[in-house]
Amino acid sequence: MKKNDWILIIAVLAAALIFLGIHFMRPSQGDAMAVVTIDGGTFGSWPLSKDHTVEIGDGNRLVIKDGKADMVWADCPDKLCVNQKAISREGESIICLPNKVVVSIVGGEEGEVDSVT
Amino acid sequence: MWAERKGKWIRLHDGSFLTETRTGGIYFGIMAGGIYLRHRAAYFGVFTALALIFSYLETLIPFSFGIPGIKLGLANLLTVILLYKRNAREALLLSVVRIVLSGFLFGNLWSILYSLAGGLMSMLVMVFLKRTGKFSIMGVSAAGGVSHNMGQLLVAMAVVETYRVGYYFPVLLIAGLATGLLIGIAANEVFQRVRHI
Repeated sequence: MKKNDWILIIAVLAAALIFLGIHFMRPSQGDAMAVVTIDGGTFGSWPLSKDHTVEIGDGNRLVIKDGKADMVWADCPDKLCVNQKAISREGESIICLPNKVVVSIVGGEEGEVDSVT
Repeated sequence: MWAERKGKWIRLHDGSFLTETRTGGIYFGIMAGGIYLRHRAAYFGVFTALALIFSYLETLIPFSFGIPGIKLGLANLLTVILLYKRNAREALLLSVVRIVLSGFLFGNLWSILYSLAGGLMSMLVMVFLKRTGKFSIMGVSAAGGVSHNMGQLLVAMAVVETYRVGYYFPVLLIAGLATGLLIGIAANEVFQRVRHI
């Protein structure tokens, strides 16, 4: 390995760390939405800026509070989704496999979800 | 493979002599009483076959790094070897031929498109870095891995029409660096162990 190889490797690692840093330092967006889908179909979406409790079908309860969405209750035995941390950043999601419920955060721009799906 | 040229004869590393005649673009060599075919196409064919086998191997044993969409890209080992042992043109040709063939065999049109974007991008960067002469094969290959992932990400962004790549961008950077470096180290080991490629 030459000296330039190490410089290259360190430069790429530094770039990756900077981008990771930007991603995690960025404050959660106020206009972000929590999009809920059941078995692939859209159940609804709620803005993170407003505190709200969403009953997702009979099996899950989602609480939106302080700009974060958190699954607080589920009827499934493993409670994996309940144990997940509250989500607030673009692209994060909470998934409840037994009930096929997916909660994901979307940037809030109109038509964003449809253009992707 | 050649060691020394003496007029029409070529002395090989093991001391045997060899001569070749050209007939319609195909070289026939005469060595130790036998006739063998020495043509670029045959050499290239072996590399293509090996690259395809490596692609196939990877579909059997996913060298997964725990992140979806990340793989080692073992077939690129042959591209790197060809880049150093022959030239950029043949390495690029192998890359494109291998991507199209393995795409039809194990993938689909989309996987060909993504692979081509990555393959062309990494060839461009690797050829440039190799020409500068400032990097070893490990560094060149690592840069190739990173640019491969960047090329794929660019196409993915164009297809999905989004600029929100989020945390996937740094993940791809590091994954490309790691896989490229591994391929470079492997190529370096091959050159040290197998002298006559």
